[in-house]
Amino acid sequence: MLRFALLRLLWAIPTLLLVIVLAFLMVHAAPGGPFDAERALPPEIEANIARAYHLDEALPQQFARYLGGVLRGDFGPSYRYRDYSVSELIGNAIPVSMKLGALAMALAVLVGISLGTLAALRQNSALDRLMMGLAMTGISIPVFVIAPLFILFFAVKLQWLPASWSGSTSAWRLLLPVVALALPQIAYIARLTRASMIEVLGSDFIRTARAQGLGTAAIIRYHAMKPAMLPVLSYMGPAIAAILTGSVVVEEIFGIPGVGQFFVRGALNRDYTLVLGIVIFYAALVILLNLIVDVLYGFLDPRIRHR
Amino acid sequence: MNAGLVLSRIWKEIRRSRSITICGGILVFIAALAVLGPLISPHSYLTTDFDGRFIEPTLNNFHIFGTDDLGRDLFVRTLMGGQITLLVAVIASFVSLVIGVAYGAVAGYVGGHIDAIMMRAVDALYALPFIFLVILLMVVFERNFLLIFVAIGAINWLDMARIVRGQTISLKQREFVDAAKLIGVPAWRIIFRHITPNLLGVVIVYVTLTIPQAILVESFLSFLGLGVQEPQTSLGALVNGGVRQMEQAPWMLLIPAVLLAVVLLCFNFLGDGLRDVFDPRQEAK
Amino acid sequence: MSAGQRRTIRVAIILLACAFAAFIYLSATEPQGAAGTVLHRGNGPEPESLDPHKSRSIQAADVLRDIGEGLIGYSPDGELIAAAAEKWEISEDGRQYDFWLRPAARWSNGDTVLAEHFVFSFRRLVNPETAAFYAQALADIENAAEIIAGNKAIDGLAVEAPEKFHLRIRLRNATPYFLGLLTHPSAFPVHPASVGQYGDAFAKAGKLISNGAYKLDSWELGSVIHLSRNVYYWNNAGTAIDKVNHYVTPEPQVELNRYRAGELDITATVPPEAFAALRQGRPEELRVAAYLGVYYYGLNVTRAPFKDNPALRQALSMAIDREVLTEKIIGRGEQPAYSWVPPGVINYQAIRLPYADMTPAERHAGARRLYKESGYGENNPLEVEIRYNTSDTHQRIALAIQSMWRETLGFETTLINEEFQVLLANMRNREITQVFRSSWTGDYNDAHTFLQVLQGGNPSNMSGYVSEEYDSLMRRAAEQTDLSRRRLYLEEAERVLLADHPVIPIYFYVSKHLVKPRVRGWGDNVLDYHYSQHLSIAE
Repeated sequence: MLRFALLRLLWAIPTLLLVIVLAFLMVHAAPGGPFDAERALPPEIEANIARAYHLDEALPQQFARYLGGVLRGDFGPSYRYRDYSVSELIGNAIPVSMKLGALAMALAVLVGISLGTLAALRQNSALDRLMMGLAMTGISIPVFVIAPLFILFFAVKLQWLPASWSGSTSAWRLLLPVVALALPQIAYIARLTRASMIEVLGSDFIRTARAQGLGTAAIIRYHAMKPAMLPVLSYMGPAIAAILTGSVVVEEIFGIPGVGQFFVRGALNRDYTLVLGIVIFYAALVILLNLIVDVLYGFLDPRIRHR
Repeated sequence: MNAGLVLSRIWKEIRRSRSITICGGILVFIAALAVLGPLISPHSYLTTDFDGRFIEPTLNNFHIFGTDDLGRDLFVRTLMGGQITLLVAVIASFVSLVIGVAYGAVAGYVGGHIDAIMMRAVDALYALPFIFLVILLMVVFERNFLLIFVAIGAINWLDMARIVRGQTISLKQREFVDAAKLIGVPAWRIIFRHITPNLLGVVIVYVTLTIPQAILVESFLSFLGLGVQEPQTSLGALVNGGVRQMEQAPWMLLIPAVLLAVVLLCFNFLGDGLRDVFDPRQEAK
Repeated sequence: MSAGQRRTIRVAIILLACAFAAFIYLSATEPQGAAGTVLHRGNGPEPESLDPHKSRSIQAADVLRDIGEGLIGYSPDGELIAAAAEKWEISEDGRQYDFWLRPAARWSNGDTVLAEHFVFSFRRLVNPETAAFYAQALADIENAAEIIAGNKAIDGLAVEAPEKFHLRIRLRNATPYFLGLLTHPSAFPVHPASVGQYGDAFAKAGKLISNGAYKLDSWELGSVIHLSRNVYYWNNAGTAIDKVNHYVTPEPQVELNRYRAGELDITATVPPEAFAALRQGRPEELRVAAYLGVYYYGLNVTRAPFKDNPALRQALSMAIDREVLTEKIIGRGEQPAYSWVPPGVINYQAIRLPYADMTPAERHAGARRLYKESGYGENNPLEVEIRYNTSDTHQRIALAIQSMWRETLGFETTLINEEFQVLLANMRNREITQVFRSSWTGDYNDAHTFLQVLQGGNPSNMSGYVSEEYDSLMRRAAEQTDLSRRRLYLEEAERVLLADHPVIPIYFYVSKHLVKPRVRGWGDNVLDYHYSQHLSIAE
């Protein structure tokens, strides 16, 4: 297990390098520069700015400078937020995004598994049909429709909850975004749980356990839950990706100062260093989370432990 | 087993399955409407009418879905959007299918170190923050229409490659592959003539399930303003425009949103139904 | 339901409750600030910097006008008023300005604002190492251009402090709008001691020392900038509101929702789609005023089909029904533009295009005639592309103009929606652009800020328009110290410009805000400046 984890960590190095090269080439290939504006700059001023940010150097030289900085943990100054370094910007945004993502994930997993298990236990009942119908609908409506509707009803019409992140300092400001972000994931996880739970409940060892007189709750808790969770666990990777994507939308709509919003703004403004910094950060995060999922999978499923 | 017999069994099961017939029927109907509808309507998807803005759905003048903020007929635009959305999704899924099947089949069949390296590469690509790269791609290449397909396809082929590899490994041990090897059929021919046709079931199921994902990615790009170019449109772009007008012209949101949801629902149910047919054990993965 | 199932449900409920508790815990309430009147302002996209020499956006300027103060400022109605300087004198030849600062003016740490601070700041602005976007704002000062270009040491700048509170500036030419330039945040002073201590990081919260009515408390990136009263400010007694929050509101629709939910007192803008409903529902909260800005379609006159073809350029302009655009497509009170310089510019009477007062039918007929004369027709239609940057409003306008050209002149236009940075790069290269959307907003209230754009060699002259006649009129205007003669030259220059049609002015901007009834002291002005210190809140 340890060897497996270490090997995976080792693989992260070429992966990250690939990400950096790819992203670096892409941001620099994008037409337009970070300092272009409708009010074009006189050539002397443009030259002064290019010099200050080393944009007058050749691309390989710029890349070497950048990579050198990254290895020392310095992601450079932001080209747009001229008072801030990229590390500062990302450092400010990470806690916000993490809080949002972690809460949405926790909500999705808890509610999704509970609903899925419940539906599996009462397979083909009206409750099951209703829940699965709702789940399908949840998957089929994009976040950017749900979130504005939430705001319209709960913030503008009813005025129960803040319409935006900075509209309040209480925890309630997180509720709408977290729910909007979690909703499609709840639906996916509920469907996955239901399917795998039905399969597990129909298997021989459960029948044996039932024959021995164990109650439903005990069967679920001691026997069925663990194997039924395998597909859900392997969905965690895609779920994390989906939550990252969704958070770009949710952060935009609720005005949440998270990483996704900085990324989109950075890409549109050609804030080269900010975009690169965020891509590197996300790549590292996804590698780490996938590794954790794989290790957990090894613990739950003894069959692949010795892969 | 006789191939004809297998097909007829599958066909029978498909006809028996309600979710497949209903959803398949709805999808065929929507696709047909999307292609034919614009032909029967008297309106064009790009003609503006500044005196006929925000008309509610009415039979009058055949604005059965109403008009938008520029007085363009929404019936035609919604169907146009449907066309593009389906086209994007199908082509994107096709791209992921071609890359994924080729890659997975080769890795699974060849095996050994090459397989290990190829699969490590897939693991590495999994770590790329793809959605961010897609945003960058759209920024770099100025939203080339073709690129949307490629970008979305490039996200989805990884899963396909993994699944196909697994299937290939189990097929490899079957007798017909051994027979082919014995009579000296070259490896590439075995992969493409003997292995891939047997992957059909898994691949069909999986493609049906990637199509809704591709649709969602396209609508996400539309939300960011990086989707298809006006005056062309997609369901995602229409929904996004409708969200802005939802209070004064709710039909602008409602109609494309319902259509989008129905398309997504149908593809999901269709995928589920096909999975039941091809893989009766109903495995989630 | 069996006992076991009930227990499962109970477990699920407990888990949910735990999740909710975790949710509350993870986002523990942050302490609310102390009491006092608070103004909540939507400020649009996030300012990029609060260093007056490194920022350039309207949003940064709006915050800077609250926390900083130049020699001159504006009243709520847009009149020039004394600010850090209490009086000034201009020499006969218009080239020497003497300012006397208020002895009572203080920095937010209590230090006195001195004339030498302005000398330090102006030098920092033009210093090539600062790499200031707006360095050219002071290029009219003697030697400034040479310093910016790196050809002269920064102490050569003709700004000096003969006495503690006396500042003297010498200009290269008489520049009648120079006082207006001094109201721009790039001419605000920075606190020399803190710049010396922190270097370029001096403008961050916790470090920034400024001389305005407010001081920077904190800046939550991507979210909100908190300001509070600068108790040392010379007119602190005249400042009503204790705290000002400038919220980051890049999406107008989102901003509107926040306003409607009661989170904002003032919005930075109003989305076009909500306008009609707001005019019905909250007419007294809607503040719309003329704004010094022109929305235009530029024509690339360095390439075919527009090169050497003013008749075609005029035909395209005449085929556009500006009234339809302003009334039906955007409908926020914008004025159709038949000139380049907007109305409301002081000491200037904008020239109007000759077809401004024609009926649409006459205009269309004229457009068709010119179109034919320039060699196009039914069998030989023009092929042209409009480039515009991604935005709902730009798109609607482009679509409308596309169909106007189709209907009047009978040719098909290709719309190319580009991302802003891409469009800018293309506009600058002048290689693939044909028709492009752009706009120009005035930095100061003078016709020069608009007319200089289209001078040959101006980097913002994206059309590539070069006219010897126009340039010489502009040069002669610059040499005039007599305001009424200068005005004649400028007006003549605009006449030449309009006849040549390198640009098609479409409409003049309006500023549009929603302002809660509890906010008092709001004044409409063409610059769209609304200093928080002039506002108050009725409880």
